[in-house]
Amino acid sequence: MVEIKNLNVYYKNMNKRVKVIENINLTVKEGGICAIIGPSGGGKSTLLKVLAGIIVNYEGEVLINGSTVNPKIHRIGLIPQNYGLIRWKTVEDNIFLSTKIKDGKNNIDLKFYEKILNELKLKDFVKRYPSQLSGGQMQRVSMARALLLKPNLLLMDESFSALDAMTRENVQKLFLEVWEEHKVTTIIVTHDIKEAIYLTKEIAIISSSPGKIVEVIRNPLFGRLNMETEIEYIHMNSNLRKILKGDS
Amino acid sequence: MRLKQYKPVNFIIAFFIIFALWQMAAMIIKRPLFPPPLAIIINIINTFNSDISIHVFYSFIRIIVGLLFTLAIGIPVGILMGYFKKVDLILSPIIYFNYPIPKIALLPIVMLIFGLGDLTKIVMIFLITFFPVVVNIKDEVKNIPEDVFYTMYSLGATNIQIITEIVLSGIIKAILTSLRIGIGTAISVLFFTENFGTEYGMGYFIMDSWMRINYIQMYSGILILSMIGLFLFILIDVLEEILCPWR
Repeated sequence: MVEIKNLNVYYKNMNKRVKVIENINLTVKEGGICAIIGPSGGGKSTLLKVLAGIIVNYEGEVLINGSTVNPKIHRIGLIPQNYGLIRWKTVEDNIFLSTKIKDGKNNIDLKFYEKILNELKLKDFVKRYPSQLSGGQMQRVSMARALLLKPNLLLMDESFSALDAMTRENVQKLFLEVWEEHKVTTIIVTHDIKEAIYLTKEIAIISSSPGKIVEVIRNPLFGRLNMETEIEYIHMNSNLRKILKGDS
Repeated sequence: MRLKQYKPVNFIIAFFIIFALWQMAAMIIKRPLFPPPLAIIINIINTFNSDISIHVFYSFIRIIVGLLFTLAIGIPVGILMGYFKKVDLILSPIIYFNYPIPKIALLPIVMLIFGLGDLTKIVMIFLITFFPVVVNIKDEVKNIPEDVFYTMYSLGATNIQIITEIVLSGIIKAILTSLRIGIGTAISVLFFTENFGTEYGMGYFIMDSWMRINYIQMYSGILILSMIGLFLFILIDVLEEILCPWR
């Protein structure tokens, strides 16, 4: 379970203390999947960096399973916007890296690795380098690296935004299949309303800077395919738009 | 693929064209100062073991040791400057202040400190190659995308883990590029420094032949010096092909 309590984050700009995140409270249950949606500059990525343990100077509490977030203790799988793959390492070495860092190179669960490769359809690419992959393949490699870690928390920062429409749909579908299999507590940062509705069970709307959670909405349309013409989807979409517009 | 560029046939064609033009020019000019390449090659074959090889050996060792010193100190300094902002803030002014100084002007000082022996030549090669290596490696480390580091931080990786797992393997290409630049300057500075306090080395050999008006021997030395450079360049390209297959 992830709990964010009274979170305030500041950064320094020319000796001024600028507030990026203001009093955020959010809970994502164990095995839950939540989107954080909002305008650019709303502090979504900053929030994700706090959850990943990259930003450590903040006010308030950020807890994973009851203890303050700490990458040395917790297993946090991060899928950044540009996938964070190392271009001079093969796909296999990229995937192994997370577990190698966390558990040592002799403790990689090779059976689980094979399973993930099969699930994410990466078997044929393991000896390739990232430059030899398409955007969708890179995204899947990044996903495999995060999943091999067997994370307590999976964080995704606009991870599908660089993909073309068709590839995005395919990778999102694949992601949901894999997520259903592993049920990792997941937080997805996105600015895409459709993506938030399709991929997550809860949607937290964040306002523009300083970022505040305006509303958290339960999403009954999670994982539903071809929902664009359904009345529920249209309602949900327009509702989210209203909330977002009302803020901006 | 770089290696494919070094097909022996390409080399033979290139050498043949150069030597043919040179041979024709020499036959037209007909002066001892411009001997034909055939005479030079025959001279190299006849005198390499007896006269030239010892000079090649000394020059080669000086270049290699000088470059090894550069890499041994330049790589860690470049990595630290690229990875730690504070180290960069402290060392950058020092590096940028010293980089533009023509290192050859420091030869008298280096000779006073390190004497007339091999160490002076090695130190001069080190001084002239160190700064570009450091700057190149620092820039390469800074060019590693932030996303890569974020992923590592979220795993709780230590700085040592990040440097050994990510940075070191990521700068191999920069190291080899620096070496490529370094070899050219190392050979130039070596030629100059081998004219002082030594009787061995290609610099000494070329200038000694010139003073004895033995132009064929002088040209033999120049040709061999360029062959040393060529050998080292090819070696680096082969290393790049092996160590950077991701390119």
